[in-house]
Amino acid sequence: MSFWSRHKIFETNSIILVLGVLIVISIGGLVEIVPLFYLKSTIEKVEGVRPYTPLELAGRNIYVREGCYNCHSQMVRPLRDEVERYGHYSLAAESMYDRPFQWGSKRTGPDLARLGNKYSDDWHRDHLKDPRAVVPGSIMPSYPWLEQNELDAKAIAQDLKVQATLGVPYSEDMLKKAESDIRTQANADDPNTTDLAQRYPNAQSRNFDGNPQKVTEADALIAYLQMLGTQVDFKLYDNKANVR
Amino acid sequence: MAQAVAPSKGMTFGEAGSALAFAGLALLSIIIAAKAYTPEYAFHAYLFAAASVASVFAIVNRYYERPAQLPPQTIGGKPNYNMGPVKFATIASVIWGVAGFTIGLLIALQLAFPALNFDTSWLSFGRMRPLHTSAVIFAFGGNVLIASSFYVVQRTCRARMVGDIAPWFVVLGYNFFIVIAGTGYLLGITQGKEYAEPEWYADLWLTIVWVAYLLVFLGTIMRRKEPHIYVANWFYLAFILTIAVLHLGNNATIPVSIFSPKSYIVWSGVQDALVQWWYGHNAVGFFLTAGFLAIMYYFIPKRAERPVYSYRLSIIHFWSLIFMYIWAGPHHLHYTALPDWAQTLGMVFSVMLWMPSWGGMINGLMTLSGAWDKLRTDPVLRLMVVSVAFYGMSTFEGPLMSVKAVNSLSHYTDWTIGHVHSGALGWVAYVSFGAIYCLVPWLWNKKELYSMKAVSWHFWISTLGIVLYISSMWVAGILQGLMWRAYTGLGFLEYSFIETVEAMHPFYVIRALGGALFVAGSLIMAWNVWKTISAGQEAEELSHATQPALIAAE
Repeated sequence: MSFWSRHKIFETNSIILVLGVLIVISIGGLVEIVPLFYLKSTIEKVEGVRPYTPLELAGRNIYVREGCYNCHSQMVRPLRDEVERYGHYSLAAESMYDRPFQWGSKRTGPDLARLGNKYSDDWHRDHLKDPRAVVPGSIMPSYPWLEQNELDAKAIAQDLKVQATLGVPYSEDMLKKAESDIRTQANADDPNTTDLAQRYPNAQSRNFDGNPQKVTEADALIAYLQMLGTQVDFKLYDNKANVR
Repeated sequence: MAQAVAPSKGMTFGEAGSALAFAGLALLSIIIAAKAYTPEYAFHAYLFAAASVASVFAIVNRYYERPAQLPPQTIGGKPNYNMGPVKFATIASVIWGVAGFTIGLLIALQLAFPALNFDTSWLSFGRMRPLHTSAVIFAFGGNVLIASSFYVVQRTCRARMVGDIAPWFVVLGYNFFIVIAGTGYLLGITQGKEYAEPEWYADLWLTIVWVAYLLVFLGTIMRRKEPHIYVANWFYLAFILTIAVLHLGNNATIPVSIFSPKSYIVWSGVQDALVQWWYGHNAVGFFLTAGFLAIMYYFIPKRAERPVYSYRLSIIHFWSLIFMYIWAGPHHLHYTALPDWAQTLGMVFSVMLWMPSWGGMINGLMTLSGAWDKLRTDPVLRLMVVSVAFYGMSTFEGPLMSVKAVNSLSHYTDWTIGHVHSGALGWVAYVSFGAIYCLVPWLWNKKELYSMKAVSWHFWISTLGIVLYISSMWVAGILQGLMWRAYTGLGFLEYSFIETVEAMHPFYVIRALGGALFVAGSLIMAWNVWKTISAGQEAEELSHATQPALIAAE
């Protein structure tokens, strides 16, 4: 029997064909994906990476909702020009709490992985409202509704709880105070800001959109943008410690 | 008393069961709508409720209208093919195609002229771009795949499609998924994963539809009268199975609540990135390649009236393609925080993938052996042959761009967009147009298309559009990549980011012009399809009665 006629078994038995396909397509995925979950070198050990505060998480969800990832990456590659343009290359650890990841695939606009603290809150507010008011050549859409819409965060504690179930280290205390933490972080004068900063180290509390009347979607989004890439202190980061 | 001898009429298990299931779904949807966290989600729940009620009504109505006995498997010894769902999906693909291309044109114009975002949330680029990609890939491409697979599997198995309600459930359920997904993006409901944006409840619905699709397809193969399963059906089967696996893996999420549209993915960060591009690249590999190769393996031999060039090559093509594609995902993550070993594996397999891709291209093109003259006279065949040529071009460009040194320049730029569109417009859309132009006269029993001249116009106008599109994106991408890494003599970065954005403007205008030509071509097709169905000349007998010479002569 020639080699080619052996293929008859697949052509005449649909179930064997199905099993053959399933086995052949499983191999590559298993070999590439499974090790990422147990190889310790996949995610380096780094100081400073913490879960998102409720306000930052709400802002991140707005980032996802508006499809910012369609034009902005959050991944600085270890190439000379990128490190000089954006800052230290991104570490896997920096997105370990990102669900979904937002590394992106296109830079119609610049990379945002190290955006935090580069511009003022006012700049962000004006830029989101009308990008061409601050960057004349920009082709970004305007997002005037963000500073008008009140942030809908009634269910934010449930969001944190789902993430805790998935292994994000949100404590009982964090879950309990999730809703009030939103208001706390959007108001620099709130008496609980120190408390918040203890739960979430280096969390910045202030009125991000400049409007004291209400907590808006712009508050949440700017809070998120201002913390992007700021968690790891690269003066202290030792890349060699992770080499094995 | 004629009625006394007629067999007693009763609801089939499928009719009763699906009517009950839809009634249950309607009730559940109304409860969810009442307690939904957001008005957008409530809107979707009401859509589910309305569609479920309509389904119950349609099923019961159909039961009262139909004769006591279900349609026979054969009539006069010939298979009694079930072409209703195929017709629906064919028309749907034309409509979704025009819609998807038009949205693409709008977002291309938005990048050239940002005022076209109209400062309106649902019109802004970030929400329209997923609408465009889903409309062309899943709505247009998906309907072409469902229509052609249901047609081809019946023809090549010489058997009526399995199921009475099931094929209609697949076609209508799939299009309902498209409506939920598309309106969801506009309302801001998204998972934020490229090409997998629909949220958890849309994903669940698609899973049910997809399982039904697999069962109908596989059941029809099992019912075949031919001893061998034809090569196109291997590719369709691999497409259906693999998309199911990818969909489940990449959409493993936990909803915040059954009353909330929001969910969080179980994978995070670097693992989520690789799962996403394992999905994303194989959506290209199995949805946009394997499925459309199945179209190539049926419609080109049929139209050229020649057997497939090489049977052995098709065996090698099939197994090596589906084996290697799965590994290629990490090339979307070169130089990222993904471990180097995974990037290297992805690159090596992407380069190797060039070979099976070109094996398939050769098998498709060489099928024309002895019939090349038809390219001059048959514009439909010309569309399909040019599509295979584009397939060859973009499957050469892909491995090239997956090489890390090239990728460091091309990634994040419009070169990628150009590459995707040489595959999507040149390969996927052209082979789809060819299949639609074949299917419409066959399904509606017409002698030929209403106007072959219009097909020629469609071909030349859209080819010009594709050329403008691809070449402008090549220049734009390479230019921007080089500007990002340009240094002055003093060792400073030469350009600010915004200068590289401003440099893109002329190319974005040219790209939009190319897109407009492509839309114009698709409108010509829609007109031609409409005229063929409404005013085409009837075929004297079943125009498609002969079985194609499918398995190649050795």
